[in-house]
Amino acid sequence: MADGSLSTEVPRAGAPVSAPPAFRRGPVAWVRANLFSTPANAAVTVLLLALLAYILPPTLNWLFFDAVWGRQPAAACDAVRGQGACWAVVWEKFRFMMFGVYPFDQQWRGGLVIAILCGLLVVSALKAFWRPALAGIWLVGIVVTFWLMGGGFGLQPVRTEQWGGLPVTLILAIFGIGFAFPLGILLALGRRSSLPIIRSVSVTYIAVVRGVPLITVLFMASVMFALLLPEGMRIDQLLRAQVAIILFVAAYLAEAVRGGLQAVPKGQYEAAEALGLPYWKMMAFVILPQALRISIPPIVNSFISLFKDTSLVVIIAIYDFAYAVKKSVETDISWKKYFIEAFLFSILVYWIFCYAMSKYSQWLEKDLARGHHR
Amino acid sequence: MLRSERARNILYQVLLLAAIVGVGWYLVSNTLHNLETRQIQTGFGFLGREAGFEIAESHIAYEPSHSYGRALLVGITNTLYVAALGIVIATVLGTLIGVARLSPNWLLAKLAAWYVEVMRNVPLLLQLFVWYGLFTELLPSVRQAIEVGGWLFVSQRGFRFAWPAAHVAWTAAAWALAAGVVLAALWRARAHRLQMATGRLPPLAWPTLALVVGLPVATWAAFGAPTRIEFPEMAGFDFQGGKVMSPEFTALLVGLATYTAAFIAEVVRAGILAVDRGQGEAAMALGLSPGQRLRLVTLPQALRVIIPPMTSQYLNLTKNSSLAVAIGYPDLVAVANTTMNQTGQAIEAIAILMAVYLIISLAISAFMNWYNDRVRLVER
Repeated sequence: MADGSLSTEVPRAGAPVSAPPAFRRGPVAWVRANLFSTPANAAVTVLLLALLAYILPPTLNWLFFDAVWGRQPAAACDAVRGQGACWAVVWEKFRFMMFGVYPFDQQWRGGLVIAILCGLLVVSALKAFWRPALAGIWLVGIVVTFWLMGGGFGLQPVRTEQWGGLPVTLILAIFGIGFAFPLGILLALGRRSSLPIIRSVSVTYIAVVRGVPLITVLFMASVMFALLLPEGMRIDQLLRAQVAIILFVAAYLAEAVRGGLQAVPKGQYEAAEALGLPYWKMMAFVILPQALRISIPPIVNSFISLFKDTSLVVIIAIYDFAYAVKKSVETDISWKKYFIEAFLFSILVYWIFCYAMSKYSQWLEKDLARGHHR
Repeated sequence: MLRSERARNILYQVLLLAAIVGVGWYLVSNTLHNLETRQIQTGFGFLGREAGFEIAESHIAYEPSHSYGRALLVGITNTLYVAALGIVIATVLGTLIGVARLSPNWLLAKLAAWYVEVMRNVPLLLQLFVWYGLFTELLPSVRQAIEVGGWLFVSQRGFRFAWPAAHVAWTAAAWALAAGVVLAALWRARAHRLQMATGRLPPLAWPTLALVVGLPVATWAAFGAPTRIEFPEMAGFDFQGGKVMSPEFTALLVGLATYTAAFIAEVVRAGILAVDRGQGEAAMALGLSPGQRLRLVTLPQALRVIIPPMTSQYLNLTKNSSLAVAIGYPDLVAVANTTMNQTGQAIEAIAILMAVYLIISLAISAFMNWYNDRVRLVER
């Protein structure tokens, strides 16, 4: 050993490498460890495999192999009804599902809006853009969206009653959270304020809104706005729903931000006060930047639930994506029986958005928990 | 004067109050004016008037000749009924899935994980539409109902199953069961106090069994022990007899329970993961049986983490039951909506709606807070 011949520990190039012991590594060992470690475990595995063998083949056949794909008449679906899914309904009704009753030759504008709003989401998700300039990007996004959807300035005007489909869902969700954000911060600050009237107003607002279902708030907006405003003044249905959503989400955001405010160490408040900063400067420059960073994951989670909840506007008959999908099959007698396929398509679209966002939220939570960068 | 912080604080609050009062007064005066020009009545007088509409299912006696107040009460009981059942089913299902996600069995854990990822990332409303569609369109018509052993018939009209014929003994037994559960809880609390004081644990299993099972059975027997079971039978165009779960109710219940179960599974999983592994090992070292280990060591600590988020899931389920209106189950929102359309008194109807949901929410949180206080870590 003293002559340095440690060949047993450092094999030379070309020397035969002995294989690891059998059943310690590799797929067989993995199966043993993860599927058949104990008799009970083995029984569960066998049971589940039997269940899957029973359920999966017919399901896969219905979903994929026996299904009708591509642009085909309803008769093609009727021929395989019961054995295969009718995805032809998605091809047939695609434009209506995506854009509702938006003028057909103008639907490229809706498509552009979908792209812009998705871009806005992606940009907001990137940490490199977490700076005041993001507010400017949002402002531009909002203006361009409303110009494209509503028309004017060279585009054919389209009334909001004709807006529909996925752009409406994205507008309700993204602008819902965007406008609710400042309101939520104010409510959270109000809730933690030392001034009794401001605090009790905020507490009452948050408690009441969080205690009632979104539907009641939407009903209120759709029925009561007409009574609350002066005679002759009308707000269109979509704006009412948007306002209701903003007022509703603000209460949930306020709770998310409050969690962040509480998590900021007391020393930070005391240090800011010791520096002589007045309340608003203390909040804007010391406390909120730290608190908001902590409350980003719950804010993303509120956004995911908001994205799903926008589908509730179906109940007050606003043409969002869910309602457009529902109407697209309901109004056509020859495709009506393929509503399951239509709903499955909309479920897939919602799922892709929400799943991507929830994965992002989980990644972000881990990333932010790694500590502050200095 | 504005230099004094105290004065400024008062000024801000006065301004806020003035703004709220001002906006409120403006809205109220607009509303009063609008109500007057449209000749809409105000006040809650409509609650006593005849409702005149049918309600498909009800747990209390109701007919169209009853009042709007009664109709709203039917809506409230329907909401509470589906929410209570949904909470029980979602808790059981969610706990099973949450535990399954932590299983050493890879296949089981993966399946549970996919269940959670799929269910919680799809809007509940769409899930309800699909369930409702399945129950109404894809099931056979009443004439071709699927029969399971003569006691269950599944068709587009819902699930109809055999049920004991109505008899006062069954009602009495149900009350006895409720009383038995309360008495058993009291007995267990007393036993716990005795154990703390003397170190000896009084018998638990037998008294609990006697109170929860024995008492209802004894009551049932005391009232004559009726055993007649009503089986569904075809009469004319529909089944008669037995008990029926309408497709609306079933779709709502299944949708609410399977959706919320995905969230509860995550809550349970986080709770179990939060208990330190050493706790279970220490309990083992002390010689506790696996059952005692789970009941006395792991569960109490997991519950502390589980209960607050579980409360919000229960609240969500209750609030989500309002989606019933979209598939035609006559819950509170549906009844209030009909009332609103018939009387035109939107403000009152929405006020009632919000007040009822607020009361339900506050009651659930109060109960869960009380329970949370009980299981909270007692720090010395």
